[in-house]
Amino acid sequence: MFVELGQYALILAFIFAIVQAIIPIIGAQKGWANWMAIAVPTAQIQLLLILGAFAALTYAFVVSDFSVQLVANNSHSDKPMLYKVTGVWANHEGSMLLWNLILATFGAAVATFGNNLPPELRARVLSVQAMIGVAFLAFLIFTSNPFLRLDVPPTNGSGLNPLLQDPGLAFHPPFLYLGYVGLSMAFSFAIAALIEGKVDAAWARWVRPWTLAAWVFLTIGIALGSWWAYYELGWGGYWFWDPVENSSFMPWLAATALLHSAIVVEKRDTLKAWTVLLAIIGFSFSLIGTFLVRSGVLTSVHAFATDPARGAFVLVILAIAIGGGLTLYTFRAGLLKSHSVFSTFSRESGLVLNNLLLSVAAAVVLVGTLWPLVIEFTTGEKISVGAPFFDMAFTPFMVLLAMALPIGAILPWKRAKLGKSMRPLWGVMALSVALGTLVWALQTGGRMLAPIGLTLSAWIILGAVADFASRSRFGKVSFGESLRRLRNLPGSDWGKVLAHSGLGMIIFGISAVTAWETEDIRTTQFGERYEVSGYYFTLNKVENLEGPNYDIVRAELLVEDGGKSWLMHPEKRNFRVQRMPTTEAAIDISLTRDVYIALGDPQAGGGYAVRIYIKPFVDWIWIGALVMAFGGLTSLFDRRYRVAAPSRKRTKPLAAPAE
Amino acid sequence: MRYLLLILMLASPAMAVEPSEMLADPALEARAREISKGLRCVVCQNENIDDSNAGIAADLRVLVRERLTAGDSDEETVQYVVDRYGEYVLLKPTFFGNNLILWLTGPLLLLLGGIGALVFIRGRAKPQPEEALNADEQEKLARLLQD
Repeated sequence: MFVELGQYALILAFIFAIVQAIIPIIGAQKGWANWMAIAVPTAQIQLLLILGAFAALTYAFVVSDFSVQLVANNSHSDKPMLYKVTGVWANHEGSMLLWNLILATFGAAVATFGNNLPPELRARVLSVQAMIGVAFLAFLIFTSNPFLRLDVPPTNGSGLNPLLQDPGLAFHPPFLYLGYVGLSMAFSFAIAALIEGKVDAAWARWVRPWTLAAWVFLTIGIALGSWWAYYELGWGGYWFWDPVENSSFMPWLAATALLHSAIVVEKRDTLKAWTVLLAIIGFSFSLIGTFLVRSGVLTSVHAFATDPARGAFVLVILAIAIGGGLTLYTFRAGLLKSHSVFSTFSRESGLVLNNLLLSVAAAVVLVGTLWPLVIEFTTGEKISVGAPFFDMAFTPFMVLLAMALPIGAILPWKRAKLGKSMRPLWGVMALSVALGTLVWALQTGGRMLAPIGLTLSAWIILGAVADFASRSRFGKVSFGESLRRLRNLPGSDWGKVLAHSGLGMIIFGISAVTAWETEDIRTTQFGERYEVSGYYFTLNKVENLEGPNYDIVRAELLVEDGGKSWLMHPEKRNFRVQRMPTTEAAIDISLTRDVYIALGDPQAGGGYAVRIYIKPFVDWIWIGALVMAFGGLTSLFDRRYRVAAPSRKRTKPLAAPAE
Repeated sequence: MRYLLLILMLASPAMAVEPSEMLADPALEARAREISKGLRCVVCQNENIDDSNAGIAADLRVLVRERLTAGDSDEETVQYVVDRYGEYVLLKPTFFGNNLILWLTGPLLLLLGGIGALVFIRGRAKPQPEEALNADEQEKLARLLQD
């Protein structure tokens, strides 16, 4: 019953989306207030309907209703409740329903909280948002219906891919989709601005929070996925340049660029056309990502769908959205002129450089991801583009970005005297280089990666600190006065320092673990004590246990580090329904290093294969990502940007000219 | 079908590099590991043979070690594999032919974008010519100035 109601709700939502896509935008053209006003209730009802459909599907999963095809194919009555619920989106149909739910949520949010938007802008934004909704609801209903019933329900379901039965991966898609789909908001605002031929500071102030929110979700989503790969795949890799990962990384790069260029539009009323273009490109990357993942064009762990009809459908949506957006842009971007002046050395120029490097980096990832498809399509040959390519072709842009970042971030708007602005940074630069040199001198083995990485991360983090020190006139005024000044800095400034420091931490983590990781693979006999990079390991025992829906082979190792010793338990799990093994590495986490143990198979001559890794500073990668996301949140909750703030409280921008 | 393939791959008992495959000579083994990281497991999705659990990846790992033990250089070993499995196994495409477009995308875009950005920034450094007022606006201005 609920399932059928869900189906009806979905179809109704589709009809409401069609109305919302057509009526308000005509109203905005003609200046009919009542037509424009339709957008608000339609957007809200649409959300309620899709929420209802989502609840119906969740219910079917929770009660294990195997008469629903999707449930039968992706669930099992023995599965833990958590994974019954997350199983809703751990498949193609359910994940597209989640996509639509999030899209509708963003639309309803603008409808509900957008009272201070000019009515024409709001009507146009919501119409464009609804057009995307129409496309994806049609995709869901006509090619990927989650509510199909089976004539003869099986007695039990075929279960969920064991790799997906994991807390990290269970919550990875919702975050990723919140980010992906959140960029639709920036896209809708960009299209609306092009129709109106007007982009101003108010527009940027509206677009930034949505982009920022999407960016925060995307950052967390990517970090979760990377962390999952780290602990689940059995050897501690955290980034593979897999096409599916790239699909989420490209929108992230574009969103990062967009966040920065929107600041310029807001503060300085320039870079308007470029910002609008970035907003279109950002969501285009989301659509390309959705296409790559959903069409099965690239097969990978994530590609659940391999139906070409679906691929073609998404391709059409992609062509209309990107083609239409860019065509509109060509005709209308000329209207977005600005006359503000800034000198070659200025915050504006710094942000232009930021955008240049991030955009080129995103383009490299895009071309690298699509290249095998392009070559196969044009020449019929099959080639691969993998991690070694991206490491070489992508990294230089990040190095340049890291080098330029502290300088660009400290330059004042309009006009800077490079010498004066650099004054607080010279010490930081010297200190960073000294740190790098020290590491280079101390380390054995000639890898330059760690010294360079450490120099760059120290430069970024200390540069951010120096920025704050000079802003609070630390050392020039009393300590209490400095603290007071720091407290009064707006949230967006705190956000900036946090996000930039997060980037520094990520760079540090990556270079440290890449340069200094130790690995040991061997056949280990019971009771044999051996050393890996200063730690001593002894395999005590291996036992068989039972989990809820899997069997466990669990080893116990004694780890000794100087005076301390502790036990670690790497596991192998064999899922009964799927007859599929997964590894559960044992990881001893600390800020300075992880001890990572993965259990292999019993060996012919007795004993077990055991892989041990000592990974220095690896957790800084995810801590950095979280700090980055937290920086975004801090900026988001800056009272000046609070979604409804601009009109209700005419808070005068704080006297902070440099930001 | 691909899903099935995936399950089969993951179900294979091996687990990336096995102790039994490894060479006794640490220098040679280190070279083998490095080479393995650049070779694609042909039945996997974007996975190198060093990380892969698939049977064919294990065969290739052993093959690489055989060539190295036989005295081949790193390049000869890679070439040996490419000759048998095609360029598909190279995770880093060759710097040659069509692939030049791939490799040069970044540098060329940086160059073009850099020139564009520089032109834009230099253009901004000069005061912008104010747009001439049209008759209507001039009239408005005149009226304002009178008040």
